[in-house]
Amino acid sequence: MSTGFHIVVCGSLVPDPLQTLNPVQGANGPGLKNELMLPAVLDPFAAHSLYEAANLAKKMPGSKIWLVSLGNKAKLQQLMMTIAQKVAFELVPLDGPASGFTDSFEVAAALAAAIDKLANLDRSRLLLFGGCASASRDAGVTLQMVGERLGILDQFLAVDELKLQEDGSLRILERIEGGQYQVSACAGPPAVLAWATGNLPEPPNNPQIGMQNMRVIMPALQKAQPAPVAAPGVTFASVTLPAQQRQTRVVKDVPVEEIAKEIVAWIKE
Amino acid sequence: MDATCREKMEREFPSTLPGDDVRQIMWRYADRFDIQMAVQSARGLARGLIARLVADGQRNTHEWNPRKEELLTAFDETGLTTIFMDPEEGGFIEGPKNLALGLVAFELSWVDGGAATCSLASNLALSPIHEKGTPEQKLFYMSRCVPPQPGEERKIWRGAFALTEPLPYVGVDTGVVSGKMRIAEWPEGGEPILHIDKRGRFITNMDFANFVTAAVDSDDERIKGSCMIILEEDDPGLFDRGAPTLKMVHQLSSTRDPVLSLRVPASRIIGGYTVKDGVIIPNYNHGEVIESVFRRTRVPVGLMTSAKLVSAVEPIIRYQRSRFRGGAAGSPGSPRHDLGLQQKEDAVQRLAEVWASGEAGSSLGFAALRLLDEFDPVEREKERLLAEQGVAGARAQMKLFKKLEQEALEYLELAAHNEAGRENPRLQELAGNPLIRFLVLEAQANVLCPGCKLWNTGQGATMMREAVSLMGGYGITEDCPGFLFQKWTDAQLEATYEGPEAVQRRQLSITMTNELFLAQFRQWLQELRGVAATHPGIGAGAVATAMELWLSTLEFIRKSKDADGKPLFHSQRHGVVFPLADALCWLLACRYQILDVLELEQKGPENPVLAEGLAGFVTFFSDLAATQAGRAAGETARICAELVYGFGREGEQVPEQEEFSRLRQQLDLSLAGSRLAKDRAAEALTKITIPEILDYPI
Ligand SMILES: Cc1cc2nc3c(=O)[nH]c(=O)nc-3n(C[C@H](O)[C@H](O)[C@H](O)COP(=O)(O)OP(=O)(O)OC[C@H]3O[C@@H](n4cnc5c(N)ncnc54)[C@H](O)[C@@H]3O)c2cc1C
Repeated sequence: MSTGFHIVVCGSLVPDPLQTLNPVQGANGPGLKNELMLPAVLDPFAAHSLYEAANLAKKMPGSKIWLVSLGNKAKLQQLMMTIAQKVAFELVPLDGPASGFTDSFEVAAALAAAIDKLANLDRSRLLLFGGCASASRDAGVTLQMVGERLGILDQFLAVDELKLQEDGSLRILERIEGGQYQVSACAGPPAVLAWATGNLPEPPNNPQIGMQNMRVIMPALQKAQPAPVAAPGVTFASVTLPAQQRQTRVVKDVPVEEIAKEIVAWIKE
Repeated sequence: MDATCREKMEREFPSTLPGDDVRQIMWRYADRFDIQMAVQSARGLARGLIARLVADGQRNTHEWNPRKEELLTAFDETGLTTIFMDPEEGGFIEGPKNLALGLVAFELSWVDGGAATCSLASNLALSPIHEKGTPEQKLFYMSRCVPPQPGEERKIWRGAFALTEPLPYVGVDTGVVSGKMRIAEWPEGGEPILHIDKRGRFITNMDFANFVTAAVDSDDERIKGSCMIILEEDDPGLFDRGAPTLKMVHQLSSTRDPVLSLRVPASRIIGGYTVKDGVIIPNYNHGEVIESVFRRTRVPVGLMTSAKLVSAVEPIIRYQRSRFRGGAAGSPGSPRHDLGLQQKEDAVQRLAEVWASGEAGSSLGFAALRLLDEFDPVEREKERLLAEQGVAGARAQMKLFKKLEQEALEYLELAAHNEAGRENPRLQELAGNPLIRFLVLEAQANVLCPGCKLWNTGQGATMMREAVSLMGGYGITEDCPGFLFQKWTDAQLEATYEGPEAVQRRQLSITMTNELFLAQFRQWLQELRGVAATHPGIGAGAVATAMELWLSTLEFIRKSKDADGKPLFHSQRHGVVFPLADALCWLLACRYQILDVLELEQKGPENPVLAEGLAGFVTFFSDLAATQAGRAAGETARICAELVYGFGREGEQVPEQEEFSRLRQQLDLSLAGSRLAKDRAAEALTKITIPEILDYPI
């Protein structure tokens, strides 16, 4: 009997959050100024889920990881130069826009269709991973819809911890309000886990892993199917950045007690 | 709308700072995933751990400490330690690795030069073994320097390279070393045991090196000449790491003055030895080893300084734009608020100069490394062929090459005039001779490598001062974003170690007059004339004319005497040959800068990501190239004029000087447009989008 999980991670690229992001109206609807020129990173919550997947796969020999990404394939290739060094996975690229102005419904449909087509995927061992929300769209619904389409009804949102129990069941911590966790037990796969930050640091780059991954990633990128997710019929009345609220002071050498006092005073204001 | 106005409106600006897509094309590694990954690893480390160390004040101590030690583990974990190794030794890059190592040095030095040195120094220690070591030595030391793989119980080894000695011994002049070797024991029929005495000064990695590759000379009539030899920390005798160097720069590298007095088997002589009539003859003397090592390792050092210049652009733009924000005058939307200091022409023009110069250095450095990548296998093939033909020793080789030089010149001539695709049996015959290929490439490498080390670091240090000054008082503080002050002073070390400027100038003054180099240089001149015709705004015309002036000056000084009747051209006459070498470097840097812009223009359209922004980048980089070309042509004109007129007597003129004047006037005319290019580049700097904040801590 084969052991281990089949972990499918859904995650794509978002512009590096340190960049200046300016919404602009283009010919095909809204987008970000210079979007293609901006350096991209793996969507942060999805990235955490990928690292958790790698950690889990290490603990469960025989596991395998797929990374399903819907994004501009040239940008995906660039992103792989970092991400593919961190974790061993098979990339399933879908060539289409990864911007914040696509619709989660369509994106979920495209992702589910791609996962559906994966050869060698054992649904009974499937853990569907991804971020609880994308940094570009922040709808927080994509993974649930992918799960529904694949018929996976055990879904966990804003997960910070997954522990394997001795009986093979999964113990999962989901974020709920007030800094509390909801603790769930799940008999086992298939399940959807939409991750929050998890607990793991970013793995260091390891070019040996990277070189191995690239052998399959490059052909996959070359064959990437177009995934039109252009939200036809949707018009955006207006697009603005969230107003920035910064009340920052740069201070050095202030004792912790002083800082705490100041924060309390500020909260009381 | 008049024509100029329309042109102004249609002109595109670069939308953002150039990203990886642009650089991969310009520096030619778009199809090298191994290298792209190494770049990402180095960048992550530089802007993460390394920047954190600097921001935490770790540069304020001379001593190596546990925090700094974190660097070594990080290099191991992220694969930077193994970049130097071949796959069978545990590395991941096949074939020559010069470009890869240079890009890594560039990325690390983008944040901190000392960290870059720390990463390169182990390679420097291994280089003598890599270049000239016996197969056994290579396998033994290279594999020990590979970080242990998961599950492997083994300590990783690190090395140090010890050439420089305490005063009054080896410094710039490396010819005579005072480190000594004697035969301590020579068992009958067995391996001789040598006693080595070597004191080092300013030896990098010395805090933790497990082995040292040291230059020593014979102190025993039973050993002939000098060699480089491997000393290990557990060898019997004294392995004293010595006092730390109280350096004010590169504090994230370890430097000490070791005292080594050890007994080692003669098999540690790098490259092995033979015994003839009871005398040990090392296969390579220390000079031969060092020459092939430094040829390669000096170029990344040059790139380290160029990285600083390019890295300074973003923090300076941010400083300039935000200079007056939050003040009483200038509400959001006003030019004072949005542009800040960038309203002032001088501020942006000087920044354009800093960028142009960093760009030129980068282009020169990466071109030199690509050349070395091409050269490495050719050099090995040459060694194999010479061994096969029984050509041994420097003299025999020189004799053979003297003969081949004519054929190599013929090859260059035929290749230059061969229209594409035409069959030419003679050309094919010459092109098929690996030794000719070797001579042609070596002539280039012998100029490009010292040229890059000299110009990138020396002129780079000067330009870093400009960068610092653009930040005002902030520039000289510890918390200046981008660590500009540290970078400025670090540049001075980069101009010094691995051979200071005098060494590079000395080498250039010999290699730049090699006929094989000059023949190629003349072809480059013609090629730039062609570029000037198709790309009038890129500065190629000015560079070509300056190259012509340089050639005519060389010719002049080679046959002329000064007013006192002393010949002008002499390798010891530094006042003549050194400035001429400097001028050459300015021009070479421009040539490669222009070629990189052309590459971007040509290959950019193949990258779908670049489609929308390409025109802006090509225009901007052309403007920077033209800016730099104007500066370089001006510098060349000044240097050449001083050389051609400066050794004459007032009121007297020789006919050649008239010819020079004519050429110089052409050069002046060729400057047309170079200042307009600077105007445009500076304007672009007011428009370019930069990230909200710097991507590393301050
Ligand atoms: C931080 C640091 C790390 C280093 N790491 C290493 C290392 O790992 N291994 C190693 O072996 N060395 C190392 N060095 C030594 C370094 O390579 C030498 O300092 C350098 O080569 C210059 O030698 P010197 O300091 O003795 O200068 P000198 O030889 O005294 O030269 C000083 C100046 O005198 C002039 N000069 C001297 N000779 C000539 C000449 N023939 N012609 C014209 N002008 C001349 C030049 O202006 C020159 O710049 C390091 C140095 C530093 C500071």
